[in-house]
Amino acid sequence: MADKVNLKEVLFNPFSKNNPVIVQVLGICSVLAVTAKLEPAIVMGLSVIAVLAFANVIISLLRSTIPTNIRIIVQLVVVAGLVVIVDQLLKAYAYDVSKQLSVFIGLIITNCILMGRLEAFAMGNKPWPSFLDGIGNGVGYAIILIITGFFRELLGSGTLLGYQVIPQWCYDHGYANNGLMILPPMALVVVACIIWVHRSRNKDLQES
Amino acid sequence: MNKQSNVYTIIYIIVLVVVVGSALALTATALKPLQTDNANADKMKQILAAVHISTDAADAKADFSKYITSQLVINEAGETVGDNAFDISVEKQSKAPAADRQLPVYVCTTDDGQTKYILPVYGAGLWGPIWGYVAFDADGSTVYGAYFAHQGETPGLGAEIEKPAFSNEFNGKEMIKSGRFVPVEVVKAGQKPANPEADYVDGISGGTITSKGVGAMLDNCLSPYAAFLNNLSNRK
Repeated sequence: MADKVNLKEVLFNPFSKNNPVIVQVLGICSVLAVTAKLEPAIVMGLSVIAVLAFANVIISLLRSTIPTNIRIIVQLVVVAGLVVIVDQLLKAYAYDVSKQLSVFIGLIITNCILMGRLEAFAMGNKPWPSFLDGIGNGVGYAIILIITGFFRELLGSGTLLGYQVIPQWCYDHGYANNGLMILPPMALVVVACIIWVHRSRNKDLQES
Repeated sequence: MNKQSNVYTIIYIIVLVVVVGSALALTATALKPLQTDNANADKMKQILAAVHISTDAADAKADFSKYITSQLVINEAGETVGDNAFDISVEKQSKAPAADRQLPVYVCTTDDGQTKYILPVYGAGLWGPIWGYVAFDADGSTVYGAYFAHQGETPGLGAEIEKPAFSNEFNGKEMIKSGRFVPVEVVKAGQKPANPEADYVDGISGGTITSKGVGAMLDNCLSPYAAFLNNLSNRK
């Protein structure tokens, strides 16, 4: 990389213009799985931010020593190690949430965003830009997770973070929670709506 | 140094794996006590949920020792063979033949001085294990409360077994019919149980396999207690 990377762009582009979920369409699988409630969505988002930032830094530090033919394996080992550490920490300090997230923390290893960022960015950049890139992409992922989780919990269970927000009189007047929102297919629909809104506000992203 | 040589590659990956491996081993060992505490507190919380006592992770230990006045381990004949019910793996016992099982019993004294017997159950749902605790009144027949949990049943369908709407259906059901032990059955709404004598609760629409799993779990795990419950019932 001869060009000097623009740190601001590295950090903020993935929030919107180059969002990993709604523009690059990576990591969709975990969006379906963990967004039925807001709390697991937030914890999952934080876990991915942490794993992505640290994995990016570690790979970036090692980048000149890694033998090319096993670079994917090295990336996987680093990611897997970090994910297991996050999983153990959650089990020790946030047991209830870790029970809800169950296998999905482990599945961060297979999240395409991670391998994508490690391979595309950390292998060719210094640690500090890589760290920012990890934070940026992690936050970009977490934002979508939280928006999706917000709407699914609100419409599907009438609660937010477990607190009842839709007042009882709504139910008395015939309002019912939409059970479909809890099921995975509705995550796709909600994400699609987010993409719709996002594209209509960013004309340059629209494909003809 | 040639970074593409086989020797470099092999040494590199060995060093990397050893470093990552020891970091993981260190984390796991350091956090083990905290994790065990969490898991135990969670189990106590679930046991107390069966007798309608809700507690949180911080108070679980205190509440557990306050309400659970004794623990028994019994065998199929109803004889007491031990007193450390908490450490028995219900998963393992539920797969052993009934005659060889060690059966945990938690004896609970509620705020109004009544004695309840909490029995653990363990079985299989659609996607993974399901488990729970069933509390009996001192007559050994009437269900005082039930608690069910699952690992990965479908949200909104099978996962509904953990909701009070389902577990409260069990309250007041009788399991001893004219001197014989008959476990409560879970049937599709509107249908009758296979055993006409049995009390039954409605299963969950769309969660048929999980509902059947609950029924099978109750049959498998509670039947070995038949002698124990009958004794209670006769003592009354």
